[in-house]
Amino acid sequence: MSGPVSELAVDGLDAAYGTSQVLFGVSFEVGRGETLALMGRNGAGKSTTFKAIAGVLPPRAGRVSLRGDDVAGRKPYRIARCGVAYVPEDRQVFPEHTVEENLEIAQKRGLDGGVGWSVARAFDSFPLLVPLRRRLAGRLSGGEQQMLTIARALMGNPAVLLLDEPSEGLAPLIVAEIGRLIRELRAAGTTIVLAEQNSRFCLAVATRVAVIDKGSIVWSGNVAQFQADPTVQSRYLQV
Amino acid sequence: MDLGELAACMGSLPCVITQVSAGLTIGLLLFLVASGLTLIFGVLGLVNFAHGTLYMLGAYFALSAYELTESFLVATLAGTLGVAVFGLLMERTLFRRIYGADVLMQLLVCYAVILIMDDVVKIVWGGDFLKMDMPETFRRPPLLIGGGIVPLFYLVLFGITLAVALLLALGMSRTRFGRTVRAAAVNPAMVASLGVNTSFVFAAVFAVGSGLAGLAGALSAPIRSVVPGAGVSILIESFIVTVIGGMGSIGGALAAALLIGLTRSFGSIGFPLFTEGLMFLMMAAILLVKPSGLAGKHLA
Ligand SMILES: Nc1ncnc2c1ncn2[C@@H]1O[C@H](COP(=O)(O)OP(=O)(O)OP(=O)(O)O)[C@@H](O)[C@H]1O
Ligand SMILES: [Mg+2]
Repeated sequence: MSGPVSELAVDGLDAAYGTSQVLFGVSFEVGRGETLALMGRNGAGKSTTFKAIAGVLPPRAGRVSLRGDDVAGRKPYRIARCGVAYVPEDRQVFPEHTVEENLEIAQKRGLDGGVGWSVARAFDSFPLLVPLRRRLAGRLSGGEQQMLTIARALMGNPAVLLLDEPSEGLAPLIVAEIGRLIRELRAAGTTIVLAEQNSRFCLAVATRVAVIDKGSIVWSGNVAQFQADPTVQSRYLQV
Repeated sequence: MDLGELAACMGSLPCVITQVSAGLTIGLLLFLVASGLTLIFGVLGLVNFAHGTLYMLGAYFALSAYELTESFLVATLAGTLGVAVFGLLMERTLFRRIYGADVLMQLLVCYAVILIMDDVVKIVWGGDFLKMDMPETFRRPPLLIGGGIVPLFYLVLFGITLAVALLLALGMSRTRFGRTVRAAAVNPAMVASLGVNTSFVFAAVFAVGSGLAGLAGALSAPIRSVVPGAGVSILIESFIVTVIGGMGSIGGALAAALLIGLTRSFGSIGFPLFTEGLMFLMMAAILLVKPSGLAGKHLA
């Protein structure tokens, strides 16, 4: 490979649910500090791509390289420890734990010299969660749960953050707050992959775009190229 | 049936105290076994039919350790830790493969373990009824409390069991590991995605559940006979306790275990030929009123 090694490189990823194959050779790369929007219609394979990267659905073939190290097929907890944090589209907070406990469970073991995320730092970065500290996560609104899952994902100090539809179904105010957080994380050097159908939100926060259709990447480029190419939008993104 | 006798006992404080202390002893031992059973079910999704076998092994380990060292402390630790280690080995080699599996498959595997271990125990310790000597320190005339007869060892047993129950409850609700266990019980995949080795968490839970059964066995060794197959009756009673208490609930298990203990103890006066049946009647009555058991389906 020429140039610097990508933070995350997915190469020829195949994945299936039982006998029905859903991903067919998905390939893309994301450099450190980039935010890639993975866009595609309903059922195109965005969530499945994330599950395959995170190891929740072990891929049938292909490579998932983190700074050149292939982690495909490893157990989810090992992939998480290699620096991948996965925020599923249905959020999956621990409903019977408080907000603070949700964060605490996710905190990386053995913090080295306090450089990483801590519960206190999470509350600094997510001020809307502060008054909800002792509330059961199951009692939060959708937007509050979304912020909690992002904060929880950060507790493991990830190098790569996979966010599945973080803006879906949320009030505009919360969407704006999540957009602010994503830009802040990018500025801090976190590599982010964002699965979305909502192109307005994506284009506001992403640096690059990859379009997935029927389980394969059919287009990729930067945001300006995407906006200058009306055919990709009409062919792959509109219903 | 002997309701007159029961009424007479209920009317006399000494008799009530004697029966309550016996009932609490039965109940608290049952709680130790049932809490492990409910923990393993709640977190691992395994109906551990072999849980009574762990209780039996705890009794044998304690007995042998006591014969070697004459120390109650060593015997109790040997029963508890020995069975925790045994459970851990079984979990790593066998049980982890059947988590969440069809309950018939779990039954089959556990039943094999029960039969094999009963035979192993017969080979090592023989098939006769054994009994651990009451440790020297506790070999005293029973205490008279309010006129009721309470063996000193019962009080020791209450102290140890209640301390363990408290530690378990605090451990599950107040420590990070306990919170992780409760989260993993509900959503193991998400917990794993956060970098937690859930397989390790599950092994630890199985070891703790086994240790609790081993402790119960060890504590029972001086007051009950130690015999191959001893695990079966306590297993059935523990199932009754978990069903009454609510599968997965430790608080519910404590309440239900004490209820069953007292039912047995007072039932043995009023219905000497029907104490076993009484437990099932109790279970049926509670399930009619509250089908999910006293404490529903929540941990700790
Ligand atoms: N658990 C599952 N079992 C079987 N098939 C599934 C499962 N989950 C998803 N699929 C199928 O896999 C395909 C890709 O689904 P995926 O969830 O990855 O799409 P997506 O791009 O995330 O869509 P959406 O925008 O609706 O979230 C779809 O055809 C879907 O029906
Ligand atoms: Mg999806």
